[in-house]
Amino acid sequence: MTARAAVSLGNLVAALLVGACTSFYEIPIETPIQPKLDISAFQRVLVAGFVAGGTEEVDANLETVRLLRSQLRSRSDLRVIEADVIPLTEVASEQPKAQDSEPPRVLENGTDKGIKDEKDLEAYDHLFANANFWKKLGEEYQNPLIVTGTILFVPHSRSGFVQRDREVVDAYGRRSVQPVRTYMERKGYILRPKFIFIDGRTGTPLYSETFREEVLYNPSQDTPALSSYFELMDRLIPGFLGTLSSQKIKGSRVLLK
Amino acid sequence: MRQAIAAVGLIAALLAPQAAWADTKSSEAREQVEFGIRVAQKGLWKEALYRWEKAVEIDPRYAAAYNNLAIAYEHEGLFDKARQAYEKAVELDPKNTYIRQNYEYFREINDRASRRQPR
Repeated sequence: MTARAAVSLGNLVAALLVGACTSFYEIPIETPIQPKLDISAFQRVLVAGFVAGGTEEVDANLETVRLLRSQLRSRSDLRVIEADVIPLTEVASEQPKAQDSEPPRVLENGTDKGIKDEKDLEAYDHLFANANFWKKLGEEYQNPLIVTGTILFVPHSRSGFVQRDREVVDAYGRRSVQPVRTYMERKGYILRPKFIFIDGRTGTPLYSETFREEVLYNPSQDTPALSSYFELMDRLIPGFLGTLSSQKIKGSRVLLK
Repeated sequence: MRQAIAAVGLIAALLAPQAAWADTKSSEAREQVEFGIRVAQKGLWKEALYRWEKAVEIDPRYAAAYNNLAIAYEHEGLFDKARQAYEKAVELDPKNTYIRQNYEYFREINDRASRRQPR
């Protein structure tokens, strides 16, 4: 037996031994995630409306109500109540406020164009703490679970180096892709919703959760605000639904011998 | 010299049954693990879980059995038990990249599930 043959045989034996020692089997797995909120007391849900602000290009209140109702209809066991979307910004401006809170910046025509940042939204906190208002609304719709909150959808830009792939042709005509770093200013949006879940029987908040998503586009892309809104909402919808219903997260794990 | 040889022989004689017993024990545990893998691949996770529980009972130093048990607990939504089993598997075999990777995936999901924000 030559030395080379002996080495090859040795390698083969070593590989077989390693393989035998580390037998593994990849297996698909669905991990169940329990809902964050116990909603067993409710059969119906009312997505009432949102205090919305930011860009004027999207009616974030209306779009969010539509989207959440549609998602809840298809992906939860709750019956979704179809009702007019409540213009909560206007409702809030008519309600008495806590003494130490700043008055909401609502324009003369009553629209919510005055809300530009998170600080502006704080002026509406009293609305969500007004148990009488939510209880009355709950009575109107036979005590459902009420979904409300705030939505901020604002334009956003950021400058910096971005890595992109560029096709390069060498002297022999061969093509290859190389990463290139370029400085650019990218524009996009930030979506920051806070979902508040209210017990329609008592008017008290049960749970709230804040999300934040952002997207940036290259200067060459001309993405409409509404498309960006849906792109960002798509990312956080699983988190929203996970509050109300159990979900299964698909993945894989490695079983070992 | 003769006495020394006799002493070594005696020790060997005493240890031999123990080694044989340990071999039998680990082979039993291995059988349980292999059976568990076969049934898990058919989707029978409860049976797999039972087998891997038996395997770690038989051989409490069997890292692979703890790894598989953790996966089965995870599949059943028993996150506390899954974490304990993963931690034990990592403790027994800290260099095993498969176990560490499984544990990382689990922690990612578990963090997401348990994330709560104040009102």
